[in-house]
Amino acid sequence: MADERLSLPVEDPDRGASGDGPDRGTELARRTELRRQLPGVEPDRRLTDWGRSERVEGVMDRLLFDFFYNYWFRCEVEGIENVPADGGALLVSNHSGALPPDAAMIAKAIKEEHPRPRPLNLTVEHFFKGFPGFSMLVPKIGGVAAHPANVQRLLFDEQQLVLVFPEGRKGTEKLYRNRYKLRRFGRGGFVEAAMRAQVPIVPVCVVGAEEAQPIFAHLGLLQKLTGMIYAPVTPTFPHFGPLGMLGYLPAKFKIRFLEPIPFEEEGMHEDRSLVQTYAHEVRARIQENLLEMVAERESVWFG
Amino acid sequence: MSAGELVPSGSKRILITGLSTYWGGRLAQALEQRPEIETVIGVDSKDPTRELERTEFVRVGTEHALLRRVVMAAEIDTVVDTRLIVDSTVAPARDAHENNVIGTMNILAACSGSDSPVRKFVLKSSAHYYGAEQDDPGYFTEEMRRPHPPQTGIERDILEAERAVSDFERKNDAVRVTKLRCTHVLGPDVKTSHTKLLSLPLVPMILGFDPRYQFVHEDDVVAALAHTVHNDLPGVFNVAGDGVLAFTEVVGLLGKTYLPVLPPVGTGLAAAVARRLGIEIPPETLNLLRFGRAIDNRRLKATGFAYRYTTGETVSRLGEYLRLHPILRDAEQPYRYEEEVEEFLRWSPSVRDSGERGQPRLNPRQLVELQKAVVTGAPSVARFKPAIDALGGYDDLAEDELVAMLDSLEADQLSQLHAHERAGAARSAVLGAIEETLARSG
Repeated sequence: MADERLSLPVEDPDRGASGDGPDRGTELARRTELRRQLPGVEPDRRLTDWGRSERVEGVMDRLLFDFFYNYWFRCEVEGIENVPADGGALLVSNHSGALPPDAAMIAKAIKEEHPRPRPLNLTVEHFFKGFPGFSMLVPKIGGVAAHPANVQRLLFDEQQLVLVFPEGRKGTEKLYRNRYKLRRFGRGGFVEAAMRAQVPIVPVCVVGAEEAQPIFAHLGLLQKLTGMIYAPVTPTFPHFGPLGMLGYLPAKFKIRFLEPIPFEEEGMHEDRSLVQTYAHEVRARIQENLLEMVAERESVWFG
Repeated sequence: MSAGELVPSGSKRILITGLSTYWGGRLAQALEQRPEIETVIGVDSKDPTRELERTEFVRVGTEHALLRRVVMAAEIDTVVDTRLIVDSTVAPARDAHENNVIGTMNILAACSGSDSPVRKFVLKSSAHYYGAEQDDPGYFTEEMRRPHPPQTGIERDILEAERAVSDFERKNDAVRVTKLRCTHVLGPDVKTSHTKLLSLPLVPMILGFDPRYQFVHEDDVVAALAHTVHNDLPGVFNVAGDGVLAFTEVVGLLGKTYLPVLPPVGTGLAAAVARRLGIEIPPETLNLLRFGRAIDNRRLKATGFAYRYTTGETVSRLGEYLRLHPILRDAEQPYRYEEEVEEFLRWSPSVRDSGERGQPRLNPRQLVELQKAVVTGAPSVARFKPAIDALGGYDDLAEDELVAMLDSLEADQLSQLHAHERAGAARSAVLGAIEETLARSG
C-alpha cells in the first residue's frame, strides 16, 4: 500500500532563506541545527505529532495482530538482529495481498522479537488520508503518508524506523499467478531517501502473504462505485462483504530481515546512477532471498 | 542559521501598516516599549483599536502617494505589513481582495525606488499559503509550495500578496524582506473563525476525519513579529506552536464534545446549511477540517526565537478563557479612540504625567534625562517631579532599566551614580554594570 513516488519534487532544500548556497558542509550543519529544534516530548499526551495513538495501537494489537501473528500466520522470523537498535533505518520489503497483512506482521515481528522493540512507521498511500474512516484509523496505528518530506523527517530528524514498499500498488494489485515476482522498484526514490538521511536500508523478505490473500481478478465497476484504490476478487471478497477483505487464508509466514546496507557518506543521493545501482541491488537481494525461501518451503500452510 | 549568528537590526524608525487591525495594534504596543526604537508610526483608514502611548497614528489607507510622503518624511527604515485578511469571515470577499492584493501592491509601491529610505519589509502572511490537501506532506517547510492551486478567494489573495512581495524583493536589492507564515492563532483576545468554532458547545467535525491541527498563541505571533523587527532575518519563516494535535484532542483539551455532523460527501453544502443556522465555517477551513495541516516551525526557532506556548498549551489557555469569559464578560471597557484626547495627551505642554493611562512610563529619552537629573541634582529635577513620584523614585527602577541607560551617561555622572547606588540599594548587578561601563569609557 506504499507509494513508490518517494522522490516527489520538493524544492531544493539547499536554497534556504538565509541564502546559503548548496555548500555541502553548511547544508548538513543547517539540517543538524534544525534537528536540534525538534519539539520536545509531551508526556501527558496520548497521541504523537504524527497522530499515532498507543491506545488504539494496543487495542488493534490485542484484537487482530496478536491473533494473526501467533496463531493464524504463525510468523517465523529470521535476522531480527539486522534491524538497528537505535538510529534511523529504512526497511524495504516486498508487498502483496489485497489488504496487505505484511506491514502489520513486520511491525509486530519487531515488537515481539527485537531485543529493543521500536515503533515502526508504515508509509501508506495518500489515498488513505482522503477516505473517511481510514483517515482516522491509519495514522493512529502508525501509518504515515508516503511523502518524501515525511520519510526524511522520520529518518533523519526523528531517527525512527520507516517501512516502505517500493513496489507500491503494483505489488498489491498483482495476480496470484505472478506471486513472488517482484514488480518494478519505482524510480529508486527510497534509496535516495535513505542516502539523504544517511541511514541504512534493511531489505525485508516476506513469504506467505501471497498465499494468504491471493487475488484472482479485479472488478473495475465496483472499484469505481466505492472509490477504493482497487476492488480485487479474493477467496472471501467481495461475496462476504467489506469484512471479507480481512479474510486471510492461514498461510505460514516467514519474515527474513537481510543485512543492512549502510549509507553513511554524505551527498550520495545526488548521484543518480548510484541511486539506481543500489535500487537494483536491493531489489535483487530481496528477489534472490524470496526465491530461496520459497524453494526451501515444503508446505504453503505448514512451512 | 544558528542562534549565534543573530544580527541585531538597525531598525529604529518603524511604519506599521494596518495599525487598527489586531496585529498592528499589538505590535505597536510591543515596539513602543523598546528604547532602541526611535519612532513608531501606524497608518490605517480606521481608528486604532488599542491604546497606544508613543505610536503616532496617521489616517492613511493604502493610497501609495500619501504613504510614500509619510515614508519619506519620517525616514522610515522598516515597514511591517500586518494588514492581510486571512479569514473570510472577517470581511466580504471583495473587500478582502481589495485589501490583500491591491493594498499590498500600493504599500510596496510606496516603499520601492532607489531614493526610498526603507531597508526592511516584514509581511505577516498565513499558512493558508500552503493549503490543505490529501497529498500534503506531514509538515510544510518554508521552501514548499502547495501541491494544487487554491480553491478559495482568501487563499488566492494570500498567494498573490506573497508573489507581489517576492517581486518587490527581487527589484529592490537594498531591502531585506521577511515573510512570516502564521498558522491558526488562538488566544483570549484575538477573534478568528477558529475561536468561534471552538467556542461552540458542540464542536462540529466531518464524519470519518480527525485532522492534524496546529495552533499558535497570539502573544507568540506578536513576539515573532517583534523578533523580525529587532533582528535581521531575511527570508520566509513559519510561525506555529510546537506539537501537532488531532482535532479530537483539541476538543478534548477544551473540555467540549465533538459532533461529527458534517457529511464526508457534500461537506460544502452542509456548511452552507450550517451558515444559515448561524454557525460559520469558512470555505478555507473545510479542507482543514478534512485533511488538517502542520507546518515546520524549526527555522524560526533556529534563529533564537523561543515560543512561550506549545499548541497544546495554547488550546488549554483558550479553554481557561472560555470558562472564565461568561463571568468576567463586562469587567473591562473596550478601548475607544478619541482623536482630540490622544492629541492632547501626546502633545499638550500641560500634560505632566502619564499616570492617567495605565502603567506610568516615560519614553527612553525622558528616562535618561531623568536619571541625569537625579544623579547630578540638576535644578531641572523639579520638572520631572510628578514622573519621579509616579515611578516611585529612582531606586524603584528595575535593574535592567537602569543598566540600559548607563551608556548615555558621562563618566562623572557614572561615578556619582555608583556612590548613590552603593549607599542605597547596593544591587550588585547595577554596581557591576556601572563599573564595567566606566572601565569601557576609560
